[in-house]
Amino acid sequence: MVWRNWSVRIGGATLALLLLVALAAPWLGTVDPTLFDAASRDLKPGADGEIMALDGEVTKHTFLMGSDSFGRDIYSRVLYGTRVSLVVGLASALLAVFFGVLCGLAAGYIRWLDGPLMRVMDGIMAIPAILIAIAVVALWRASLPTVIVAIAIPEIPRVTRLVRSLVLSIREEPYVEAAVALGTPTRKIMFGHILPNTIAPLLVQATYICAFSILLEAILSFLGVGLPPDIPTWGNIMAEGRVQFVAYPHNVFFPGLFLAVTVLAVNILGDGLRDTLDPKMAKRV
Amino acid sequence: MVGFIVRRLLATIPVLLIVAVLVFLMLRLTPGDPAAILAGDAANAEQIAAIRASLGLDRSLPVQFAIWLGQLLQGELGQSYFYKMPVTQLIGQRLEPTFALATLTIVFAVVVSIPLGVVAAWRFGGWFDRTLMGFSVLGFSVPVFVLAYMLIWLVSLQLGWFPVQGYRRLADGFVPFLHHLVLPALTLSVIYIALIARVTRASVLEALGEDYIRTARAKGLPELRVLIRHALANAAVPIATVIGIGIAILIGGVVVTESVYAIPGLGRLTVDAVLARDFPTIQGVILFFSFIYVLVNLLIDLSYVFLDPRIRY
Repeated sequence: MVWRNWSVRIGGATLALLLLVALAAPWLGTVDPTLFDAASRDLKPGADGEIMALDGEVTKHTFLMGSDSFGRDIYSRVLYGTRVSLVVGLASALLAVFFGVLCGLAAGYIRWLDGPLMRVMDGIMAIPAILIAIAVVALWRASLPTVIVAIAIPEIPRVTRLVRSLVLSIREEPYVEAAVALGTPTRKIMFGHILPNTIAPLLVQATYICAFSILLEAILSFLGVGLPPDIPTWGNIMAEGRVQFVAYPHNVFFPGLFLAVTVLAVNILGDGLRDTLDPKMAKRV
Repeated sequence: MVGFIVRRLLATIPVLLIVAVLVFLMLRLTPGDPAAILAGDAANAEQIAAIRASLGLDRSLPVQFAIWLGQLLQGELGQSYFYKMPVTQLIGQRLEPTFALATLTIVFAVVVSIPLGVVAAWRFGGWFDRTLMGFSVLGFSVPVFVLAYMLIWLVSLQLGWFPVQGYRRLADGFVPFLHHLVLPALTLSVIYIALIARVTRASVLEALGEDYIRTARAKGLPELRVLIRHALANAAVPIATVIGIGIAILIGGVVVTESVYAIPGLGRLTVDAVLARDFPTIQGVILFFSFIYVLVNLLIDLSYVFLDPRIRY
């Protein structure tokens, strides 16, 4: 029934295509994204040039999306950048959902924990997400795991709030009361009875977190505080290209286009999932 | 009423306290010794120890927190490692551009998005509604810096209407000030417009289903009056709420927008401070932004009383 929805179809198909691009990047006419050639600097999209491999061998190469000021192939860099974006988006969403579910279940089911835990979450939510991410990355030097953690942390309170409110309404259901009456252990009620009923809204929320994470990773890289510049990410490509934006806008446009399309696809998928899985939420928004 | 205001004010204290704890712990988790950084490379062990003692870094963590909080309450945010001046002074210097950019963005977003949302709700399901909802998803998805470069390319480079980058102080004249600020504000307002228009549409739509709308129409009121005085007025609370929540998005956007347009504001300061690993400044800016966010939302909560006479606290 989910597949009947056109938003799910369009968003899902676009994402599947991007996933394919990420996996098949080496076989799509790309070169090593870190290779550069002084003779091929600042080429316009579609121009022919040459690229030098690490062993010094020079081969002919068509720069479909042009090259940057080091003579690196933008097309290859953008395609390999897809990997980073998808990994960060997925991993951050999973991480945020994992910890958010734990905290949400705890707050919703263990009453004395509710107050203190939710106050901490209110505190985290009072700090704009991007500032938390920037601060965490600044503290622990940027690498793939730190960036993923930095992006996931500000999202945890949102998942916690959602799960907590779901738990509070589900725990009043007759089947939970029945389980309690039968003497089922709390842990089993939490994970066996309550958790399965939160999956649909959680999936929707996770999709939106994924979109936001991809966006935030690109912002961090673009500002120069994200992943190291030698890793090809869309944000990094744009950060390098921005200096020469007036003369060579392609360095910014192509990664920007991929980024926008990816985030759009994830958001459309999220809207579709919301409409089919969570009709109550669809009515609210 | 007074009781409500007092209770609401008191409720912000734990939130701000937790923000302070989080930010304090953040600085203390920093690898590296702040005293050594402050003393510089030429300092010897005794000088570093003296600075450590003067900063209170040789005491236990709770005592340090108490001292730090005491200073914070007096408006003391410490000394910047990089700029070698008090962080409060630094924030003061950078306040004008950010405040100007944020204000212009909010005004622009509210003026554009609310009429759009009302019309979309009025013509629910029609082409205007569907187009607007499509654009709103797009507005959420196109990153602010990608949008910024698209606008720079189109409006500044091709049409030459606005400068590509830079900022002019208000003291240098209102026209150049505004001329440099329009494009950044336009860029930043897109996501905000998408957000507010969406919520306006949803809440006006809900209000339009109420009995009093039917009554108003039945007694022959002009449609515009029904929409504004009856539907929009009753949808004011959720709209005000989302404007407040959107401040968080706005702050994030300010950091990026100022960086793209080379505006010397607080957002730019944040990025520069991170690149220079200037922790007191990072800490100060985060505290400042969070304080503003909590304050704005407090004011919006209090405004409910005026927006909706049914709310009696």
